Amino acid sequence: MKPFLGFVRKEFYHILRDYRTLLVLFGMPVAQMLIFGFVISTEIRNVNIAVYDQSNDTYTRQITDKLLSSGFFRLHQRIQSPGQIQQAFRSGKVKEVIVYESDFAGKLLRSGLANVQIIADASDANQAHMMVGYTTEIILSCMASWNKNVPSPVNVQIKPRMLYNENLSSAFMFVPGTMAMILMLICTLMTSISIVREKETGSMEVLLASPLRPFQIIGGKVLPYIVLSLINAVSVIFLGVFVFGVPVHGSFFLLFVECLLYISLALSVGIFISTVTSSQQLALFLSMLILMLPTILLSGFIFPVESMPTILQWLCHLMPPKYFITILKNVMLKGTGIDTVWRETIVLLGMTILFMSMSIKRFQIRL
Amino acid sequence: MTKEPAIRVRDLVKKFGSFTANDKLTFEVHQGEIFGFLGANGAGKTTAIKILCGLTAPTSGEVYVTGCNVAIQPEKVKKNIGYMSQRFSLYDDMTVAENIWFYAGIYGMDRQQIRGRISQLLSEMGISHIRNTLIRDIPIGWKQKLAFLVAVFHDPPLVFLDEPTAGVDPLARRQFWELIYQYAARGKTVFVTTHYMDEAEYCDRVCILSEGRIAALGTPNELKKLWNARSVEDVFLRIARPNHNKN
Repeated sequence: MKPFLGFVRKEFYHILRDYRTLLVLFGMPVAQMLIFGFVISTEIRNVNIAVYDQSNDTYTRQITDKLLSSGFFRLHQRIQSPGQIQQAFRSGKVKEVIVYESDFAGKLLRSGLANVQIIADASDANQAHMMVGYTTEIILSCMASWNKNVPSPVNVQIKPRMLYNENLSSAFMFVPGTMAMILMLICTLMTSISIVREKETGSMEVLLASPLRPFQIIGGKVLPYIVLSLINAVSVIFLGVFVFGVPVHGSFFLLFVECLLYISLALSVGIFISTVTSSQQLALFLSMLILMLPTILLSGFIFPVESMPTILQWLCHLMPPKYFITILKNVMLKGTGIDTVWRETIVLLGMTILFMSMSIKRFQIRL
Repeated sequence: MTKEPAIRVRDLVKKFGSFTANDKLTFEVHQGEIFGFLGANGAGKTTAIKILCGLTAPTSGEVYVTGCNVAIQPEKVKKNIGYMSQRFSLYDDMTVAENIWFYAGIYGMDRQQIRGRISQLLSEMGISHIRNTLIRDIPIGWKQKLAFLVAVFHDPPLVFLDEPTAGVDPLARRQFWELIYQYAARGKTVFVTTHYMDEAEYCDRVCILSEGRIAALGTPNELKKLWNARSVEDVFLRIARPNHNKN
């Protein structure tokens, strides 16, 4: 036991004395959380619009006022002729143009039907989609307020409710995703690099020639990273809760255990990578390649798995983060217990055992 | 009284696929001798040393180190040996004392023992003042000496030195060999590989490997007489040259 503790202490020396490693270990999670917090956004705010009001009556002004007071839109210019619409978009400053037809109020009062055109800059498809949605919503609510006085024959009111994320806050999406990504990256990358570094400098030979057993060497390498990763997991959750307002409805204990399981999985992937590579660069490259992109693209972090082609869906099922993100969403947002996530837990456990046994096998062959 | 040899190797063969790195090596290393293991690059020195230390398993053959069969009792062998690798000296980002504590710790020495020996050794070497200096900040000559001290800190009866003086200046090499002599004088066995033929002259016996086989084995004087050469270097060149012509 004592030799093992000495080994762990040595590992902490390595980590704590390398400022770059420290920066990566603790700076990256915070930086990524903040970057994702502000980059991935399903909300719109202060979008510049232009208005081409050919009617300029009380109704159109009312709609425009309501749009501008919503906080989502800001009036950039008033347009006087159809030709200016193109110009406005080309300048890049205007993302949406609202066009009211002439005699808007007259037509509305006479026939109950008047036209508003919403033109959006769809070079950013997502944003265009959201802008049009918000605008339509606001116009409909204007109409509803006018209709109060005039009872219409049929009136269905739709009141949607977004369960588990009432305000459609994007933080609810990226906090679990970022956590899955950061833990995977740090655990896998750091362990594989630190083991390969010993191989590269030749100290691994000296260690193997000592009475330390291989599992003690690997365990000693891995333990510090488990501790650091747990600290990271806690700080990511902390940031999520206090900066981005993501709730933790479920049990903290379950969350902790699942994090620990996921961390062990990431570590065993890291150990496996270290057994198949012999240089730090290769380990770095492999970890990045295997982990970074798939974690972001194929885990349901940003793009829903269900809407991918079948082949990619199969690939998704091989990605550990997918299961972890599902678990996190269930436990944090829905507050459910192990009864809803036991399948994912078993998959993660199975993957951990698989990678562990493959690493042990490779390690023995090398000896 | 016949003492059990420190190392006894019989018909050691190591193959990597179709390549034979060690071909039927048979030799003994006596207790208390400095045994030089020479050979050109790729002659199979490092492979043999790795097998002796229990880092690699031989394809076939018997290997006894300090009286234990390496294949059966590798853990026992590892406790009885020290190992200094050719590439690695010590951890750069740790101090002299921390390195010693770490290695002494993995060999299971207790705190009291370690504390006493560290001070004694450092003052013997006259380097007590760099006790808390990071390894990366001390000169390479000292680094090698320290690496040796660390390798024998747990006082093993047998120590393996794999090209310990590679890249070290002549003066530092001389000092390094003095350390080796001091250690052997205490009845310990030293198994050393080297590229420097002048160092081979310092050994009690040398073994020259060529293409995985033992080409010569004996005291430096025996070999010089047998090959009618002025120095071990000459012997080495005569063994190596025919191979050059063949290639």
